[in-house]
Amino acid sequence: MDSAISDARTPASAPDRTPLGAAADNGLKIVVVGGFGVGKTTMVRSVSEIRPLNTEETMTQAGEAVDDISEVRGKSATTVAFDFGRISLDARNVLYLFGAPGQERFWFLWDRLFSGTLGAVVLVDTRRIDDSWYAIDRLEHHGTPFIVACNDFGGPEHSPEAVREALDLDPRVPLVSCDARSRESSKQVLITLVEHLRARYGGHAAPPRQEFV
Amino acid sequence: MSRPGRDDAPDRLYTVTQGRSSSGRDNPFDLVTLVVAECEPRPGMQSEHTAILRLTEAPTAVVEIAAELRLPVSITKILLADLHAAGRVSARHPYTAAVPDPDILEQVLVGLRNL
Repeated sequence: MDSAISDARTPASAPDRTPLGAAADNGLKIVVVGGFGVGKTTMVRSVSEIRPLNTEETMTQAGEAVDDISEVRGKSATTVAFDFGRISLDARNVLYLFGAPGQERFWFLWDRLFSGTLGAVVLVDTRRIDDSWYAIDRLEHHGTPFIVACNDFGGPEHSPEAVREALDLDPRVPLVSCDARSRESSKQVLITLVEHLRARYGGHAAPPRQEFV
Repeated sequence: MSRPGRDDAPDRLYTVTQGRSSSGRDNPFDLVTLVVAECEPRPGMQSEHTAILRLTEAPTAVVEIAAELRLPVSITKILLADLHAAGRVSARHPYTAAVPDPDILEQVLVGLRNL
């Protein structure tokens, strides 16, 4: 899986770098989580103003990022790759959208990489709903608010109720359908997430259980 | 170093950071901290430092720097902490709070709707 992402790497001397404006001073994070092939990179690409970039973090199996480089030489370290895109919201605010693998080893790095994340989109392939359970469980554990977006792969339609039931989703968590290839659709997913955050933090909704971790 | 592949990386990383340990919890740089160069690269500077100063002529996030340099995030943070300690870059850390500022959320919504 990592190699597929690595192919998209941009050379350090990429001439197509698009610099931010000089007044940019507040970076924000939203994470798109999902299993392999569910469309995370596609969604990031759909809304990003830059070609998605890829980077990685190295950690030991104890769950720490590497505290001693020599540990990398042993077998006790592993590397997690993730890609990201960027949306300049206004002169000061810049939103970074991260596509993150949902597999188990990734979650050891969540706090280190994604503390302060506004929220997450759990991207679901309705043909493989089981892949999403773990991500939802971990997001709840970390207290990260999220919505669920079902990427439309043109397969048989699943009713929102059926998906919600299959995921055992809290009724307060929004569930939407989307086409990750579409900029407009992906944009709507992000808007749904931020509206959910606003309702949650604005006191219009009962505090979701994710707050108690 | 004779074998190709991942085994190369640790040696390179070891050199880049002069063998020092990785960014600890006291490293203030976040993935989305925006870094701005405060000086020009100088001859004889470590090549990664030179690359960072060129990249950050405009504000550039830590994660973008890591991607452009093809270095792990934690290693990039060490390099940035060095440059910051020497006054060669400034850092615009993200506004973070346990609960997001409603004004910021509103600005995010406006920005997304205007896409």
